[in-house]
Amino acid sequence: MLDGPSVAAALEDCGVSHVIWVPDSVLGSWEPALSGSQRPTLLRVCREGEAFALAAGLVLGGKKPVIFIQCTGLFEAGDALRNAVHDLKLPIFMLVGVRSYYAHRQGKSNDSCPVFTEPILRAWQIPYVVFEERHTAADLAAAYRQAQAERRPGAVLVAE
Amino acid sequence: MMTQQQALEIVKRHRNNRVVVTTMSAVPTWAALSDSPLDFHFIPSAMGHAPDLGLGIALARPERGVIVLNGDGCMLMNLGSLITLANHPANIHLLILDNGLYEVTGGQPHAGVGHADFAELARGAGIRRVYSFDNHDSWQAGAAEALAGPGPAVIWLKIEGRLGQQTPKPPRPMSEQIARLQAALELPG
Repeated sequence: MLDGPSVAAALEDCGVSHVIWVPDSVLGSWEPALSGSQRPTLLRVCREGEAFALAAGLVLGGKKPVIFIQCTGLFEAGDALRNAVHDLKLPIFMLVGVRSYYAHRQGKSNDSCPVFTEPILRAWQIPYVVFEERHTAADLAAAYRQAQAERRPGAVLVAE
Repeated sequence: MMTQQQALEIVKRHRNNRVVVTTMSAVPTWAALSDSPLDFHFIPSAMGHAPDLGLGIALARPERGVIVLNGDGCMLMNLGSLITLANHPANIHLLILDNGLYEVTGGQPHAGVGHADFAELARGAGIRRVYSFDNHDSWQAGAAEALAGPGPAVIWLKIEGRLGQQTPKPPRPMSEQIARLQAALELPG
């Protein structure tokens, strides 16, 4: 299971320089650990599209940012994602909270977020992996390192 | 009022060794004035996101400094970036080149024409250094101060609109731009 302290420590171990985020209710619980960390530095933006352009600028300047957002923000940020990943060809890595994932799987939710999150990522050609409760910060670090080693974008979907 | 070319000629005099990020209609004008590897033409771009991209470079390379040449239509697409700039102090100067038009799509007016006050928007977002210039003489006289000093700073320039502009193209492919920029920033490729 992911939590703030273990995620912050794993990202620091990976050499991540910045976490750019618009939190959701699950990721938001990691705020104390992330905001208390000198590395990675937490950068707050107003809208998720900003996160991708800010990450692009940081990568151009030699840094290693990651993006933490909710799936709703992923939908909003499509043009900025497309530009950073496919026009600029930058290896942007993101962690995306998927609202209502478990409830949807059990047929107990009408929330459309889990219906569209994975098809959207496939459409944008972003390799991704779904993290459920058994996954840990070590798994997150491994997913990040693999994407960086292959110089490609990547996403971790956090089931909520 | 001044032309875009007049406005950017003054920027060129004061850019020193900073990264200059351009987008949309400023691209061909700046490319005709400068061919530095520290010029980054954000074309193709994500709509309205040149300030965020510039902020990222400024945060990554605080010793360098960044000037962003943004349009008024672009600014309206991403007003939240003013808040983000204020929240993360960095050596960045954001110029809003206000011609009252979506110039690259044929010159249609945008939703803010006649009532959007970019200086007040920037101040309201928490930017402390905000400047406005609506003619060539005042910009020429004030540019040294406005473009110096700590960022973030927002500089609102009223310029003449142009009709019949072509869709802007960067002077070289994006991969080449990135390689040049990163070499100039002394980063490994």
